[in-house]
This record gives sequence, C-alpha cells and structure tokens, in this order.
Amino acid sequence: MSGKMTFGRFFRENAVIIIFIIITLLAIQPSGLSLTYIVQELITRMGRNSFLVLALLLPIYAGMGLNFGMTLGAMAAQIGLIFAINYNITGTNGLVFAVLASTPLAIFLGWICGIVLNMAKGREMVTGFILAYFMDGVYQFFVLYLMGSAVPVKSPAILLSRGYGIRNTLNLDAVRQSLDNLLMVKVGPFSIPVAAFLVVAALCLFIVWFKKTKLGQDMRAVGHDMHVADSSGIPVNKTRIIAIIISTVLACVGQVIFLQNMGNMATYNAHTQTAFFAVAAILVGGASVKKASLANVFIGVVLLHALFIVTPNAGQKVFGQAQIGEYFRQFVGYGVIALSLVLYAWRSRQEAEHARSGLRQNTTAPAAEGGAK
Amino acid sequence: MRSFKQIVTDFGWPRIIIFFFLVLLFFAAPLVQVSVLASFSDVFNRFGQNAIFVLALVPMIQSGCGLNFGLSLGILAGLLGATLSIQVGLSGAAGFFGAIVLASPFAVLFGGAYGKLLNKVKGEEMTIAMYVGFAAVFFMSIMWLLLPYTAADMVWGFAGKGLRTTISVERYWLHILNDFLAIRIGDSFIFPTGEILFVGAAAFFMWLFLRAKTGTAMTAVGSNPDYARAGGISVDKMRTISVVISTFLGAVGIIVYEQSFGFIQLYGAPMAMPFAAIAAILIGGASVNKASMVNVLVGTFLFQGLLTMTPSVINSALNSDMSEVVRLIVSNGIIIYALTRKTKVTK
Repeated sequence: MSGKMTFGRFFRENAVIIIFIIITLLAIQPSGLSLTYIVQELITRMGRNSFLVLALLLPIYAGMGLNFGMTLGAMAAQIGLIFAINYNITGTNGLVFAVLASTPLAIFLGWICGIVLNMAKGREMVTGFILAYFMDGVYQFFVLYLMGSAVPVKSPAILLSRGYGIRNTLNLDAVRQSLDNLLMVKVGPFSIPVAAFLVVAALCLFIVWFKKTKLGQDMRAVGHDMHVADSSGIPVNKTRIIAIIISTVLACVGQVIFLQNMGNMATYNAHTQTAFFAVAAILVGGASVKKASLANVFIGVVLLHALFIVTPNAGQKVFGQAQIGEYFRQFVGYGVIALSLVLYAWRSRQEAEHARSGLRQNTTAPAAEGGAK
Repeated sequence: MRSFKQIVTDFGWPRIIIFFFLVLLFFAAPLVQVSVLASFSDVFNRFGQNAIFVLALVPMIQSGCGLNFGLSLGILAGLLGATLSIQVGLSGAAGFFGAIVLASPFAVLFGGAYGKLLNKVKGEEMTIAMYVGFAAVFFMSIMWLLLPYTAADMVWGFAGKGLRTTISVERYWLHILNDFLAIRIGDSFIFPTGEILFVGAAAFFMWLFLRAKTGTAMTAVGSNPDYARAGGISVDKMRTISVVISTFLGAVGIIVYEQSFGFIQLYGAPMAMPFAAIAAILIGGASVNKASMVNVLVGTFLFQGLLTMTPSVINSALNSDMSEVVRLIVSNGIIIYALTRKTKVTK
C-alpha cells in the first residue's frame, strides 16, 4: 500500500463526513440558534443516542453488516418499560427493572434474528430490515391486543379505555431522566448527564475488552472470511448468532436509556426509527458495512445530530416552511445510508478488480506498475 | 404420494396456508354478515389497482437485480406525470394517457440513473435500492412543496402554493379505466372490465417481451452473467434496460392505481408501496431470481384478496381492527420466507 494520500483520495474516503460538515456549517447561520444551545443539545443527544449506536458494532465485526434487526431489542425494551410503569416502579429502580425484565426477551428475539440471518447469508441487511417490520406486527399484536387481556396489565393509566391494549403515548414520568439526573454536573452554561456517559464509557470498555477475548477474535475471523473460519474450527453460525444476541440486548438497554431521556414513549412508533437513526449515525461517522470503530460512533452521533438540530430551523428561515427542514432531515438520513452503502459496494468492487488486474499484469510484465495494493 | 409432497415443497407452505386462509375467509364472510358479492367486487377492483406494480417487479427479478425495493422511483415519476397532467388541465382519457406520456421521460431518466447506480453495486442491490427509494421519496416531498404548481385543485388553498397531501382526480380522470365496459350486477357488484383488460394487456406484452430477443438476453443475464457475457450480451446494458422498464411500469402502475382509488397521494405515501408489491409477487410463487406472469396474477389476487377480506371478516367477527397487524405479519413474513430460501441457481 502506498503511503500517498492525495486530496482526491482523501475526499473519496471521507466523502460522507465532509459533505455533512459542509451542510451543517451552512445551516448554522440561517437557523439562528445560539452556539450554546447547539452544544447543550449535542451533549444531551450524545448521552441519549450513543449507546444505541454502539450496539451496531459487534455484528459489523462478525461480517453481518449493519444490524437493522436491532429494532427487535428496542421493542423488548418498550415492553419492559410498560411493565415498569404498570407496577409503578419509579426512578432508577424502574430503569433497572425494565432492563432486567426485557433482557430475556431481547435474548430470545436476538436468537431468532440470528437464526433467520444465518439462513439469509449475503443478504443480512435487507432481511434484518424486513424482519423488523415483521416483528413490528407481532409487537403490535402483543401490546395492542394481548396486554390487558391475556397478559396481566392492570394500571388504568396506561390501558386503552376499552380495557385492553396500551395507549398510544405513554407518560414515562416515573422514570423520566432518572439516569440523567443521577449525576448531573454543571460546567459553565452546560449540564452534563455524567451517569449516562459513564454507562456509555463502560460499554466502550466492554467492547474493547470483548474484541480481545477468544469469542471476539472468533467473531472477527468469521467476519473476515466465513470459510476460512469454518475450516479452522470456529462454529460460524453460532458465533454469528451470539453477535446478534449481544447486539439485540445492547439495543434493548440503549432504548431504555433513550426513552428515559425523552420522558414519554410513542408505544407504536418509538422503535420504528431506532435502527434508522443508529445506522445513519455510524455511517456518517465514517464506518462501512465491514469496518467500524468506537471513533466512528461518536463522530457520527455528533455530526448527524448537529445537522438534525439545525435543519428544521434553517428550513423554516430559508424556505418559510418548517416542514421542508423535516423532510430534508429524513432525506439526509436515508440519503446518507444509501450513499455510504453505494460508496462501499463500489469501492470493494473496484478493489477486487484492481487486485485482479494487478495479478494479470504481474504475470505478463513483472515490471509493470499497479500491483495489488 | 411423493409427487404430492414435491408439489407442496415447490409451492411452499406459506403460500398454501395463505390460500386456504383466504378460502376460509370467503366461506366465513356470510356468517358474519359480510356480502360475498361486494367482497368479490372489491377484490377485483384492488387486483386491477395493484397488478401493474407487481408486474413492474418482473424485469428486474429476471435480469438478476433482485426485488425492486426502489420501485418508489417509478411511483414518483408517475406522480409527476399525474400532477403535470392536472396542471395542464387534461381530463378524461386524454388526461389518463397524458399522465402516462408526461411521466415517461421522468421514468426513463430516473430508471436510467438508478440502473447505472445498481450496476456499480452488484450483489448489494436490494438494501441500496431500498434506501435510494426512501431518500428519493423525501427529496420529492421537498419538491412537492417547492415546485411551481398553480392548479387550484392541487395546491393548498390558503397559501396558494405547495401541493396538497391528497389530490382528488374526480374532475379529471376518475375511474377512466374502471368504468370502461364495466359490468354491474345488482347494487354491490361491479366488474372493472377496462382496468382488468389494461392489466391483461400489460401482462401479455410483458410475456411477449420476455420471449423476444431482448427479454431472453435479459433472462440469460439474470441466470448466469458470465455465460451471458461469453455469449456476447452486454450485462450492464441489459440490467439497465430491465430497471428502466420496471421504473416505467411503476409510473404507469401508480396512475392506474389513482384513477381507481380517486386520489393522488403525495409526500410519504409512496414509501410503503414497493413492499406491498413485493409481498404480492412472492406470495404468487416468485423467488428472488425467478418470476413469471402466473406469479404476478396469482400473487396479486391472493394478496389483495387477503387485504380485502381480513379487515371486513375479522372486524365483524371480533369487533376489533386487527387488519393492520395481519397485513404486517403476512406481507413481511412472506418476504422473509423468500429471502431466507436457499437459491437453487448457484451464483
């Protein structure tokens, strides 16, 4: 590999990040938001979203691409929270209860997801995406019809007036920001939810440690080449299932953290955007389908949310319609996922071709330039 | 006995279950005071509304591009055509066919670019198509607000600009196909002859096309690209052609849908449409890399039958609206089933 880093190449490898910085910088001025406000919002959103984005890392290491099936974990979390509210368990106790109650469910859902994805090797991402839609149906069936009828949920505050099914919006007052307020530190004009950040830091340490374990190494081997891993005695399918299970459980905990910060929960919609925002964030941060690091996660969360903070106001000011900013947000989110996937697929094809032509040239003219990278 | 088992495996359990479930619904309908005649009328109507979308998936499946999760691009082209035809004040048959003509350049443009893109990302088409489709839907959402449409029937009355979320086509080309030679029996049964004829003609032309030179080459590219290239077929060109045709049919599909449904739906509406079409063709027996006209017609009929019958029968029986849940589970379940099946053709 040549050490030369030309401008063109630098741009190509960081195209997504560069485009994001430019759009955000352009939008700050017309948005009319103060820098203090933007930074405070960013701190809040980092505490809220980082955990969910970190949940994506392990499946990427295991070569399964972006885990769109993480939505399953989010659904488990919401069921846990519904029970916490039902039994009226407040504060951090409520959060701990929600996590403990939903973890077995998340493990079970992750196991199913892993099995399904193993049956669809090579198209994990699209399958995971559809699986999330499918499970959305099951979730709705469970929450809208079984809760309160077959599943004992008593609290009239959360049941629909017909006697069964959970209301559209749940008030999470009992656990609202209980993690954030556990250790809120004021630094100048900013308040920092240290406890939330400590949880995120703990997860980062876990991931760094996990990568060094035997299982973590196996996972990377599977991600690198399934056949080689298989012939060296690594149980490929099992390792992939474990990666998805861990990711689903982390997504579940992440969703609890996310919702305690939001303070209320759209019972039937809160989980639908989870994977979309997390995937967009990690891709904006420079990750690809096959490669991701902790840095990608945090860069991505900052960049994506900086843009999300400023665009609605900028849309309002420039076009006179806040709706445009909202659509623009969605367009950018989906667009960036598409763009990163395209760039990655394109680049890996080019590299494959480059390597092949390099081989060919070496056989005919050994002195010819352009050997495999 | 073995041959029966073979037939069952070939057809697939999910399809058999859905088929019998639908039959059961038709038998159960009279018991819960749902008119079977009206139900049949609905099913035929919705079959015609949606069949073109499902047909649009065939070329890309055949050329090896997989399921067209980016069908929304074609739908957006169709929406442009439909709104433009109202903007210039076309009505009646001229309005309907005018909309198709006006949509065509956009469909060719979008399809061409989209096809070129998919050629660069072979093997990852489906995920990328999905996100390209989503991004395009929201890009066009911004455009619906900004484009200088002026027809009073379409823009927000208050601001005088920006298109409405739903636009009625009643004064332009409502039921232009449905009412053509329509057969009425009693009050509740209307057979939309024109619409069904249109679908039939489209399916027939697709059938012919797949047997013509270009169509055969396309199928060859789909079943074995290397072999096709060795035979002197340009793989990329065939794939692009298939994407353009698919996008164009998506555009025609939405216009046919609108003339029957009565409204043009803009903004977020096209997002979910590709999924319904994909579920339908898969229920009909297509796989990720093989589809036929029978798959299209049977699949659309079964899927739309299910969507029509479940709400009416189950709601009357249980007094609650489970249709959304049933729709989510059935349509996505069948897509997962198709994606997880081992493909018999080795790639």
